[in-house]
Amino acid sequence: MNALRRATRISARGEPGVWLLAAGLVTAALMIAGLLGLILYQGFRTFWPREILLIRQKDGPPLLGDVSREDLYKKSEGAVADGAADSGYARRLLIRVGNYDLYGEDFRWVAEDRITGIESPPHAVLVERDAWGPFLGFLGAVQVEGKTVSGGPEEAWEMLRTKHPEARALREKIRELEEGEIADLHGALEDNRLALRRVEMKHGAGSAEYASARSRIEEENARIEAKFAALAEEAAKLKAEDSRHTVLLTDVGGLEKTIPASEIVRIHRPNSLGFVEKLKVYASRWWEFLADQPREANTEGGIFPALFGTVLMTMILALAVAPFGVLAALYLREYAKQGILVSAVRIAVNNLAGVPSIVFGVFGLGFFCYIVGGSIDRFFFPEKLPSPTFGTGGLLWASLTLALMTAPVVIVATEEALAAVPRSMREGAYACGASKWQTLRRIVIPKALPGILTGMILAMARGAGEVAPLMITGVVKLAHELPIDGEFPYFHLNRSFMHLGFHIYDVGFQSRNAEAGKPMVFTTTLLLITVVLAMNLAVIAVRARLKRKYAVGHF
Amino acid sequence: MIQKLSMPEGIEKGFVETHVDERHIVEMPTAVHEELEREPTVIDVEGFDLWYGEKQALFGVSMKIPERKVTALIGPSGCGKSTLLRSMNRLNDLIAGVRMSGDIRLHGDSILAKGTDVIGLRKRTGMVFQKSNPFPKSIYENVIFPLRIDGISNRKLLDQVVERSLRRSALYDEVKERIHDSALGLSGGQQQRLCIARAIAADPEVLLMDEPCSALDPIATLKIEELILELKKDFSVIIVTHNMQQAARVSDYTAFMYLGRLIEYGPTTEIFQRPRRPETSDYVRGRFG
Repeated sequence: MNALRRATRISARGEPGVWLLAAGLVTAALMIAGLLGLILYQGFRTFWPREILLIRQKDGPPLLGDVSREDLYKKSEGAVADGAADSGYARRLLIRVGNYDLYGEDFRWVAEDRITGIESPPHAVLVERDAWGPFLGFLGAVQVEGKTVSGGPEEAWEMLRTKHPEARALREKIRELEEGEIADLHGALEDNRLALRRVEMKHGAGSAEYASARSRIEEENARIEAKFAALAEEAAKLKAEDSRHTVLLTDVGGLEKTIPASEIVRIHRPNSLGFVEKLKVYASRWWEFLADQPREANTEGGIFPALFGTVLMTMILALAVAPFGVLAALYLREYAKQGILVSAVRIAVNNLAGVPSIVFGVFGLGFFCYIVGGSIDRFFFPEKLPSPTFGTGGLLWASLTLALMTAPVVIVATEEALAAVPRSMREGAYACGASKWQTLRRIVIPKALPGILTGMILAMARGAGEVAPLMITGVVKLAHELPIDGEFPYFHLNRSFMHLGFHIYDVGFQSRNAEAGKPMVFTTTLLLITVVLAMNLAVIAVRARLKRKYAVGHF
Repeated sequence: MIQKLSMPEGIEKGFVETHVDERHIVEMPTAVHEELEREPTVIDVEGFDLWYGEKQALFGVSMKIPERKVTALIGPSGCGKSTLLRSMNRLNDLIAGVRMSGDIRLHGDSILAKGTDVIGLRKRTGMVFQKSNPFPKSIYENVIFPLRIDGISNRKLLDQVVERSLRRSALYDEVKERIHDSALGLSGGQQQRLCIARAIAADPEVLLMDEPCSALDPIATLKIEELILELKKDFSVIIVTHNMQQAARVSDYTAFMYLGRLIEYGPTTEIFQRPRRPETSDYVRGRFG
């Protein structure tokens, strides 16, 4: 046997190295899959109707509610039973009992060993309502002006099902009246006040112009007040009609609660729903979640304003960061004389990507809101001062702050993309007599565009998921108006807005009842991830198109 | 006009050792054959030196490139033939730290003088590179690129130029069906001919070719060589090549360069069959290089 002919050592073949690489990848993939799996499972589970259980306890009143979760707990010394079988630990269930207005809490812990019986009452109802969170109990009666008009509970159920949509429609009408016409009149009064203030600032309070403007505006205000009174009367009438119809609910212990029929968002009997009916409830809850305003301190209802705010903010961010970052990178890579100064700038830009985002938020508040916004207010909206227009947090400032924060990502990606354009491409253009600018515009930038878009994807992904700097530059817990609406000038970039990332923080950690908000946290997270994914996919689609266009294929 | 510099001292430093006596090369003037005197000149190189930073790459090169002929630049790697070629349209300007002295004239206009319109100069020359570099655009847009950058958008004129250039570069029949398809879908040889079409689209005064066949297979090479023979009817062609057979096949005149100097310059047949300098003789017989 030849001494030189021996098997290659395993380390030389690199097998252990490959295992290490594979292990690294598997670890990362598992963690990501686990996180996504958790969010998907919890996020999709939130709205599925759950069974309402009637739980009888050894000592204490029975409970009606659905099981939120269960865990192991260590029993206190006295409670440990004799004998080796008792480990000192027991299971307990967290029951959502609802009825916050009656009990003062939404959740109760029940130890498993204290439960004497569990039933699933078919007539138990879950009432989702505009105030006080869910009600779990039984439907007593339908009332008009305090008098019961229904026979037994079954008749009440049927009656409510037919009357409920009408009641909701009436409430919606009142809301439209108040937030539409009545709010418009308030706006008109405010506009008049500002117009008068403008005249005062221009001519002085003692001038003839002021006096004439004042009398004119007072006259106009009187007309508005009259209209206002008429509308208020109409609203009061509608409200009186609304309050005639009430529903009597009873809890498991027999406590009674009367609520206006129109306050009920959704009422169903989860225990007697078939699969298709459950699916209907599920879809209706999802629709409310996506399309409606939040209620109950954001822990229930929809997140439409936050969804809208997030998408709009990310779009403005992309619009702002794209030209800014690309131009900076073009100059840095193509025109600036490469030397110590440019290297220093490049290092500074790269390091900017590592600055904590809250620092950008503080900068945005100081620079954009107070300095830039303050100046805009002084020059363009002096009559509104001291209440700020642009001189406070708002959609525009939040977007620009994030644009600044994500600019390094775009700059670095653009520089890389420009550097990756082959030298032969440039030389070919120069040899044809193209100037540097023509070469850049016609050859280099189109060729680098897919790489630049990759930078945009990263910037948007980072920007859309950011919370800290937004909290101080314009995001609020609850915004009553969207940044885009039918009121002139349609785009209100100075308005504060809602954001999914902040919504998660707010619902999960700032609300009255963190336990009640938890399912919403998962669902909102799911939605945020979906939004980011959707926006990225849109850009990826554009990039793929460009790649085809500038690589091989047709024009 | 740039001041002519004398040979700097210590130029031998850093040269590859060969059996050729370097001192001999430095001292000997270029052997220029008399036949060149009778040709009209398109490019006149006079005492041209070039440095890359501290390193001198060309030493006092003087040569007259004849009009409507094919002139080949041959020599071993690193002899400066590509550098000389790229100086003729000042493409070396793109490299940081390049300095030049001496003069190059294109039809009598100095191209190195201060204030020369470099972009205008490049429009008067066409260049084909070692590796084909079509732009990521359609075939049509590739050919008319030199016109596009001049802002010409007369569709009729552009169509004419495309057809004429593609016919001249012997590509028209192969691509006429897909003239608006991406140029990157063409084969290597077709891409190189497309680059030639692009280079001649704006009717340049000279066509500079930097080893145009070195990345091509023999059949594609043959096509390009036939094309060069056609092109010399209309253009003055200067071609850098590693391949001596190619130089012998396509060129009318050959210049042999070595160590940054022009050693011998004359009719191709003379250079290959009756070289006057021993270095030329060694190189064309394959004894070094």
